[in-house]
Amino acid sequence: MAVTNIVLAGLGGQGVVKASDLLSTTAFNAGFEVKKSEVHGMSQRGGSVTSDVRFGEKVLSPMVPMGEADFLLVFESSQVDINRGWLKPGGVLIAPEAIPEGALRNRKSLNVAILGALSVMLDFDEDQWIRSIHTCLAEKLHTVNEQAFALGREVGQKMGRAKETEGV
Amino acid sequence: MASTERLLLSGNEAVALAALHAGVKLGTGYPGTPSTEILEAFDLIGGPAQWAPNEKVALEVALGASFAGARSLTTMKHVGVNVAADPLFTAAYIDMTGGLVLVSADDPGMASSQNEQDNRHYARAAIVPMLEPADAQEAYDFTLAAFELSERWKVPVILRMTTRICHAKTEVRPGPERPSSIQPGYERDIPGRVMIPAYARPAHHKVRAKMEEIAQWNEQSDLNRIYPGDRSLGIIASGVAVMHAREAAPEATMLALGLTWPLPMQRIKEFVASVDRCVIIEEGDHLLYEALKVEGLDVEGKPEMYRFSELNVPRVRRILSGDTTPEAKPPRGKPPELCKGCSHREVFEALSRMDCIVAGDIGCYTLGVLPPFEAMDTCVCMGAAIGVGLGLRHTLPDDQARRVVSVIGDSTFVHSGLTGIAEMVYNPPPTGHVVLIVDNSTTAMTGRQEHPGTGRSLNHEPANKMDFAAVCRAMGVKNVEVVDPQKPDEDFEGRLRAMMEKDELSVMIAERPCILAAPLIRKFEKAQEEKQAQCAAAMTD
Repeated sequence: MAVTNIVLAGLGGQGVVKASDLLSTTAFNAGFEVKKSEVHGMSQRGGSVTSDVRFGEKVLSPMVPMGEADFLLVFESSQVDINRGWLKPGGVLIAPEAIPEGALRNRKSLNVAILGALSVMLDFDEDQWIRSIHTCLAEKLHTVNEQAFALGREVGQKMGRAKETEGV
Repeated sequence: MASTERLLLSGNEAVALAALHAGVKLGTGYPGTPSTEILEAFDLIGGPAQWAPNEKVALEVALGASFAGARSLTTMKHVGVNVAADPLFTAAYIDMTGGLVLVSADDPGMASSQNEQDNRHYARAAIVPMLEPADAQEAYDFTLAAFELSERWKVPVILRMTTRICHAKTEVRPGPERPSSIQPGYERDIPGRVMIPAYARPAHHKVRAKMEEIAQWNEQSDLNRIYPGDRSLGIIASGVAVMHAREAAPEATMLALGLTWPLPMQRIKEFVASVDRCVIIEEGDHLLYEALKVEGLDVEGKPEMYRFSELNVPRVRRILSGDTTPEAKPPRGKPPELCKGCSHREVFEALSRMDCIVAGDIGCYTLGVLPPFEAMDTCVCMGAAIGVGLGLRHTLPDDQARRVVSVIGDSTFVHSGLTGIAEMVYNPPPTGHVVLIVDNSTTAMTGRQEHPGTGRSLNHEPANKMDFAAVCRAMGVKNVEVVDPQKPDEDFEGRLRAMMEKDELSVMIAERPCILAAPLIRKFEKAQEEKQAQCAAAMTD
């Protein structure tokens, strides 16, 4: 099986690293080899942050090569254009606009909503994702993030249908 | 033997787990990206971990633990090793008792550092063995191996990691615990540990002999691995470059070096002879390439342009194809900035209005150099604000000298500022000087670690608290004031202007907790109050 490459991008404080933890935990628990890496440090001062997650039967480098991402998840509109180069031709972009403004009880769970949209395009059970939410997040955040995840799944399903229509 | 337990760990977490399994009795270091999480993780899983005021002290404490027969771990970022270099170079001459491992976490590409130094140089310069893991599993395995090497040859060992090892999560299958057979207890060894010239001269010969023995052992060591492949291309690599190269050239045969100093030269020669073309893939300087060229080996290095920044799969492909055309610039992201509500904002707004010449330092407040403030003129290394400010004051014309102020953070002040204050008091410039300590009650930049000025230890339990104002007064600074820059009635700017107008020695402490740390600090304080109340209640029962 080829390696699946996912780049997550946003600004410090948006939960980019937390989302990549959730994603990599889910892939890891599904039995894949997983590597994820990002650069910490200055990022927590509101600067740009990206995190790379790669999974498959065998993964070597922990960094997604430029132009080879299957999915690009962006949590802040201003970060879409500068990160577009990560995507391979035909790769899927999930931008923050995919999650309608006001649809989330708390916009802080945008990261998990975007993972919800991604989740319908990957082969992990919904239960595995929920388990990751439970293991990676504090208990008081479970409900709000499960709701955000469910909302994201609806969005992802629509995106999938739109893509199918496009294909026709 | 690896177990069936399967964990997804960062390299830093893997080192912490290995330290626990190695029975480390003391973990000490100073926070610095990308090394910080090692000691935090070690503490979380029950290891004894503490922050030292700086890396030099950390290594010295670790040495003491080793002399006492205990395994000790000391962690720091690449530039931290510069601070610890003084004890390191002599520690190499001394017989370690308990295993001592120093983790150097390098930052190629400078995600959060002031330079891009390649700490592989330290192994050669200080005469110390060096291990370089290629992923978190190796970080775990090599940490354990490093303690065993350290005790077998009685040498300090450097485990050199980089950002993509420290902060990359990969699968780790931990093994059983492998503690030391040495029990803590004191045994005197004057010629072995007292480095006066008479004892140091033979010690130098001894450490060179140890390194020859280790090099010999390294020829057969399984810390280095061959990945078999096509003989037309051979690659020699270490660290994360191993992974990039295996992906970039899956058909190649590879020698992945784990114990990268002293080198297993015979094995390398055999490898080079066994392939048609041999390319060295190394991140940073051309160190391995140069070492092999000195031996007369027919190997290729990388073009000079790849010395800079991190390697990755596309860059390794370019090196292998000899491509030196200009690279596409990486996406330019949004630079970091001081948080909304951060009190450094008020400080740098004032310094900007006052048209100060600001000798700056290392921390969040270095962001005062960026717009809209642009209120910093120099930043060199931890603590340099004070020395550089004094040098400027000594030599600038008076009207310019009076504009000079040194700005240093609280953790940085403890790390390397005290000797600067001693210099200021001892050699005062004719116009006096003003040092501004921006005290936000935490080591903010690296993720809010405690330090001797916060009154809490690494695990946030109460500790003795260093009083900066009292220290500065005791050292002989004439004017010392403490002010909250966010309280208008405390008139931070007015008082700073008044200080700048005096030709005297002054320290102003701008005290306001980091806006991100403040809720945590309140939580720690509340927990402490509750504990004290419980104790008091128990006493009265």
